[in-house]
Amino acid sequence: MAAYCGRTLGAFQRKYACSIFSMATAQLCPQGRQICVSSALHRKNETNSEPRKFSAEFIEKQVGEFDIGKRHLANMMGEDPENFTQEDIDRCIAYLFPSGLFEKKAKPIMKHPDEIFPKQRAVQWGADGRPFHFLFYTGKESYYSLMHELYGKILNLEKYQDRLKAKGLFSKDAKQISLRATRWLTKEEVETVLLEGISTQDYTRFIQLLEQLISMPYHSVEEKFILQYRQQLEAQSSKQTVPQLEKDDRGVDFSRAEGRRKSSVASVILRDCGSGHITVNGHDYLQYFSVLQDREQLMFPLQFTGMLGRFDLECTVSGGGRSGQAGALRLAISRCLLSFLSEGEVENLRQAGLLTSDPRVKERKKPGQEGARKKFTWKKR
Amino acid sequence: MEPYLYGCRLDQDIIDLDQTVEHLQLALNFTAHIAYRGGIILFVSRRRQFGHLVESTAMKCGEYAHTRYWQGGLLTNAPVQYGPNVRLPDLLIFLSTLNNVFQQHVGIRDAAKMNIPTVGVVDSNCNPSLITYPIPGNDDTPVSVELYCRLFQMTIRRAKDKRRQMELLHGLSKPTPESS
Repeated sequence: MAAYCGRTLGAFQRKYACSIFSMATAQLCPQGRQICVSSALHRKNETNSEPRKFSAEFIEKQVGEFDIGKRHLANMMGEDPENFTQEDIDRCIAYLFPSGLFEKKAKPIMKHPDEIFPKQRAVQWGADGRPFHFLFYTGKESYYSLMHELYGKILNLEKYQDRLKAKGLFSKDAKQISLRATRWLTKEEVETVLLEGISTQDYTRFIQLLEQLISMPYHSVEEKFILQYRQQLEAQSSKQTVPQLEKDDRGVDFSRAEGRRKSSVASVILRDCGSGHITVNGHDYLQYFSVLQDREQLMFPLQFTGMLGRFDLECTVSGGGRSGQAGALRLAISRCLLSFLSEGEVENLRQAGLLTSDPRVKERKKPGQEGARKKFTWKKR
Repeated sequence: MEPYLYGCRLDQDIIDLDQTVEHLQLALNFTAHIAYRGGIILFVSRRRQFGHLVESTAMKCGEYAHTRYWQGGLLTNAPVQYGPNVRLPDLLIFLSTLNNVFQQHVGIRDAAKMNIPTVGVVDSNCNPSLITYPIPGNDDTPVSVELYCRLFQMTIRRAKDKRRQMELLHGLSKPTPESS
């Protein structure tokens, strides 16, 4: 088992097969007395030589040692060796080797070798030195080979269209592939596909070529290739959690939801087959909210969906002021309504902003200023 | 380029094709020898019209192509850019020696610095000094570039087939690069 320290250790040196602790070697000085010299002195200046290469066999050996060491550690701590996760390892190492150091990278760690040893690109040429990819010497082989392939497809399509025109079978309204509710892959997604970095200009050029391909009448021939680089757009409303529709004793549907706004918390029960009665904290809403603006806030979701006289509302609200309470109630009512609405109406509600909780809260006062933004009187001298 | 020109008519420079034939013969012979000995051949051209054609030619021969933006340290800083033991091309073939701003391609100078021989199609507006085997000829029209691509492809293929044949007949070992 080897617990690795963050900094380079003697264990990786091929020349000196030391353990992780520096070994002291005995040397004879000219007078014949023995002097102990630590192996740190034997180590030559590493920054001058080329960066260390870790061969595949070496990494595999380290992975094997890591797995065995993990099982030993689990047995030592009396835990199950089969389900021993990385968090358990970190916990056990922190227990066995308590460290008072502040720098996280200096503390003892035991991680999978893939995380410790830097990732090296697989060698891209064979035994005779000849590279595998024909565009190796350009530097960006995956990107340029993709562009080459794409341009080849455009040329082939043009030739195909010319042949059809020559035969007289060309028609402008050929089959079009449906691209609605999809978007082009972003630059980061293309980078993950190609496994190498590309610049913004490269990405723009790539998208331009794809658009050129789509603009041709017979592009449906290359449908599979094009759809590889399109990403489905999810409707945001599909991520909305709709509250459960429950039935009370009389068989009437009702739903519950909560809402918050600026230190007010509201909870609403929306009952079907009602006549538009709204009760807030036991009082009628006309009594509780004397200002028209607050009552409008309550009614807005129902008015938007056109269900003003259909529901009975039983609301409880606490905390905050009148405007905050009204906003919290509005959010709670909108959430309740979701269980009575169809998908399209849910999307409308989301677009209207009724389902977004308002994140604005009172900004704190800062020292050296009167308030959050107001400064003390500025005096020129 | 004056020695290679036959003359000038109506402001159009006419290249002496007899000289072209001789130079082409030398260049193709050299390419064939390089391909026979298993050398890496890199096709270079910065003309956007013929980029796809040049890349396809290289792919069909089993050799390499570079028709994109030439990164500065490609040949001169290769160990840093690619890895410590990278093998550089043994021959550079320029289908057009100019880059997109009508200046001499950087690859010619870099190849001369790295002692890599070059074969290049030099037009009347190009400078043939640093190129080992210049071929005075037209690099602008599709017909002429297709001709050159076909010729190089044929040469390399024949050379490789000959090599395979000789290996089978005489038991020659596969070509290995000698470390310089």
